[in-house]
Amino acid sequence: MISVQTDDFDPSAEYQSLRDSGSGTGAIVTFTGLVRDSGDLKDVQGLYLEHYPGMTEQVIQGLIDEASQRWDVRRARVIHRVGPLALRDQIVFVGVCSAHRGDAFKACEFIMDALKTSAPFWKKEITAEGEHWVEQKSGDRARSSRWE
Amino acid sequence: MSSETLTVRFFARLREELDTEALELPAEPGLTAEDLLTQLAARGGAWSQLQGGQPVMIAVNQTMAKPSTRIHAGDEVAFFPPVTGG
Repeated sequence: MISVQTDDFDPSAEYQSLRDSGSGTGAIVTFTGLVRDSGDLKDVQGLYLEHYPGMTEQVIQGLIDEASQRWDVRRARVIHRVGPLALRDQIVFVGVCSAHRGDAFKACEFIMDALKTSAPFWKKEITAEGEHWVEQKSGDRARSSRWE
Repeated sequence: MSSETLTVRFFARLREELDTEALELPAEPGLTAEDLLTQLAARGGAWSQLQGGQPVMIAVNQTMAKPSTRIHAGDEVAFFPPVTGG
C-alpha cells in the first residue's frame, strides 16, 4: 500500500500492521527517513516537499512490483510526506515483509534507493537566508544504479 | 482539453522559475518532447534554460519519457528537474 500525505505517520502502528499481514512472514525490515539540519545548505530550518500527484504513486507501485519480482515480498508499505516539514520530522517510511531477512533487507533498500532517483518528489530547503531547491546527488544515483 | 491540444506541466524549480504550472499547446503532427522543449526555449528569458541548461526530466502521460518520445493530441507532458525525494 502507498500513501502520499501531508500528515505524520506512526512507524510502530505501521510495523504492527505489517506484522499482522499473515502467515509465512518471518522477517520485517522498516526504514524511516527524517529531515536533517544540513543538506545542500547548512542550518536548514525545514523543508518543503512537492510531488506529481498520480505519477508519484504509479512510480512507487512500479518499484514495489519490481521488488516483488526480484525477491520474496509478502507485503510492502510506503508512506511519503509532502508539504512543509520541520527539522527531525519523519519524511518517508518503507516497510517490507518477507519469509527471510535477506529478501526483506534487499527489497526495502532497493525500494528506498530507487524511490530517491525515480519517484517525482522535489525538496526545497528553507534557511534563514532563503530557499533552495535541492540538487540530485551523484551518490544517490550510484546507490540506485547498484540494483540495475 | 480539446482533441487538438496537449497539456504541458512544470514542477518544482522549473514551475517557479517559469512562473507557470501548466500550458495548453497545439498538438502538431509528428511532435516530439524535444520539439516542445525547443519551442518553449525560444520564448527567451527563463524559458531558455529548457535547452542546454540544467538537466530536464520528461514524463508523458505520467510515465518517464525520452526527448525522442512522440507527443499526441490529448497527452499530458511534464518537464521537471531531477527528483530529490526520500
